[in-house]
Amino acid sequence: MSNITALFRIPKLSYRVWKVWTRNKDVFMKTYKTNFLPSLIEPVLYLLALGFGLGGFVQPINGQSYIQFIAPALVAVSMMYSSFYECTYASFVRMYFQKTFDAIIATPVTIEEVITGEILWGATKSLINSSIVLAVIVAAGLVPSPLFLLIPPVSFLVGLLFSAIAMCFTAISPNIDAFNYPSFLFITPMFLLSGTFFPLTSMPQFLQVITQLVLPLTNAVAVTRALALGSLQLSLLLNLAWMLIVTPVLFILSINLMKKRLIK
Amino acid sequence: MHLEREILVKAENLTKKFGDLVAVDSVSFEIFKGESFGFLGPNGAGKTTIMRMIQSVSPLTGGKLTLAGMDVREQSREIKCLIGVAPQDDNLDPDFTVLQNLIVYARYFDIPKEKAKAKAEELLKFMQLEEKRDTIINALSGGMRRRLILARALMNDPKILILDEPTTGLDPQARHLIWTKIRSLQKQEVTVILTTHYMDEAAQLCDRIIIMDHGRIIEKGSPADMVKKQVGEEVLEVLYSEEAMTCLKQNFPDARIDVVADKIQVFAHKPRGVLAKVLEEASFKGALIRDSNLEDVFLKLAGRSLRD
Repeated sequence: MSNITALFRIPKLSYRVWKVWTRNKDVFMKTYKTNFLPSLIEPVLYLLALGFGLGGFVQPINGQSYIQFIAPALVAVSMMYSSFYECTYASFVRMYFQKTFDAIIATPVTIEEVITGEILWGATKSLINSSIVLAVIVAAGLVPSPLFLLIPPVSFLVGLLFSAIAMCFTAISPNIDAFNYPSFLFITPMFLLSGTFFPLTSMPQFLQVITQLVLPLTNAVAVTRALALGSLQLSLLLNLAWMLIVTPVLFILSINLMKKRLIK
Repeated sequence: MHLEREILVKAENLTKKFGDLVAVDSVSFEIFKGESFGFLGPNGAGKTTIMRMIQSVSPLTGGKLTLAGMDVREQSREIKCLIGVAPQDDNLDPDFTVLQNLIVYARYFDIPKEKAKAKAEELLKFMQLEEKRDTIINALSGGMRRRLILARALMNDPKILILDEPTTGLDPQARHLIWTKIRSLQKQEVTVILTTHYMDEAAQLCDRIIIMDHGRIIEKGSPADMVKKQVGEEVLEVLYSEEAMTCLKQNFPDARIDVVADKIQVFAHKPRGVLAKVLEEASFKGALIRDSNLEDVFLKLAGRSLRD
């Protein structure tokens, strides 16, 4: 029992979390030109292939063309990908191969602050990458509502959620290849089944419930799409509430799991 | 004399367990301000574990450990401000250049940027790395990396410098350069705590040492006293043969006589010159008198069997 309470102990943090964030930002800025390219090209390919290509064979969904339907989902997907991969592969490299965390905790910065800084940076990556995709679909005229301006702040919350999830996996992964499991068993199903490429309502009722409860991306897609299309419903409050409750819990869990791994 | 000196680090029954393994077994010691203190021992003796507890990154299982009067369990943040750490593992940041490594590190200590830059330039000069200031880490040699790690450990003007195996794996030139740098820091009254399994390094750099094995202290004192006490000032080495052995045993009935590979080593604890006289009288094949050293002490105390 005490083991379980230890996993949810609330960490003490200070402004030093931003020193870790700044370290990652500095590295990112050194190579920002190459960083932008993949996050730009991938969604554009999906829009071309699925939007124009496949979309020609698909009936309008709730009055939207298929390409308009999937465009905001691609923004949400980029939030998930950028933050999840930042706090799995990239954090693991810093922790395990570069021993950057060890170097930092020899200074007045604590391990809790290192992990928090990493998660804040993951959320920042979500904000940066999804904003690029958002700019593309806005420029392509696929976003009818000015409410899209609220998507960047949402992308930071979604980024925090997926960074915290990722950090939990990082804390328990014996080696870098182990990330194949969450990638294929968690991230890829979410990419396909979270209301991204077809409405959730096309699935049987019980699957819809399961999807909404266990696949976090469902919430991100619902909120992003509603803001892009300007179709606000009360159910969005549930989506936001889900993320606002689960994020801090996983955030605290990830810090304590990481502490367990690194402080010996 | 020691009584008047200020105690900077004090360990009482310091204990660390990893599961069933007792890595550090109720160890007590005191380190004085301004001295150079060495931990020696084979792999797995518990040296690095003690270093990590002093740095207050590894929690104690038992006992008490204070630095400058501060308990590592309670004031780890304050303690980390006081110390500079050169770890055994190379954890320089490969995403940055030499100069950036120092500046980014200084930021973790809240050192203002201008001050950090000046300090970094000063330390690069001190460590003879000025020409490498804009080089990426992966392009540095092993010796340069070590010097940069040492420079990084000095960015916050530490009162206590922790060096975990500072020259392991370096070539002789690089080792001597690091030693020179450590000595000039000692002149500036920085307290140095180091671990090593090079006995010559300990003899060169340390005022006092502790020899550890299996998590326990097996001997402590100044290197010279320890050599004198444990193995005497001189060692006689003779090529092994049955006759030589018999003859040596007759000549030195009280001495410790070891056989190492094809050599007989005689630790006679006699004043200088006595061994030479014996050699004049009896002729041995391959006979040699040399000064005994810490390595002799170490092998006597820790035995010759392999660890790891």
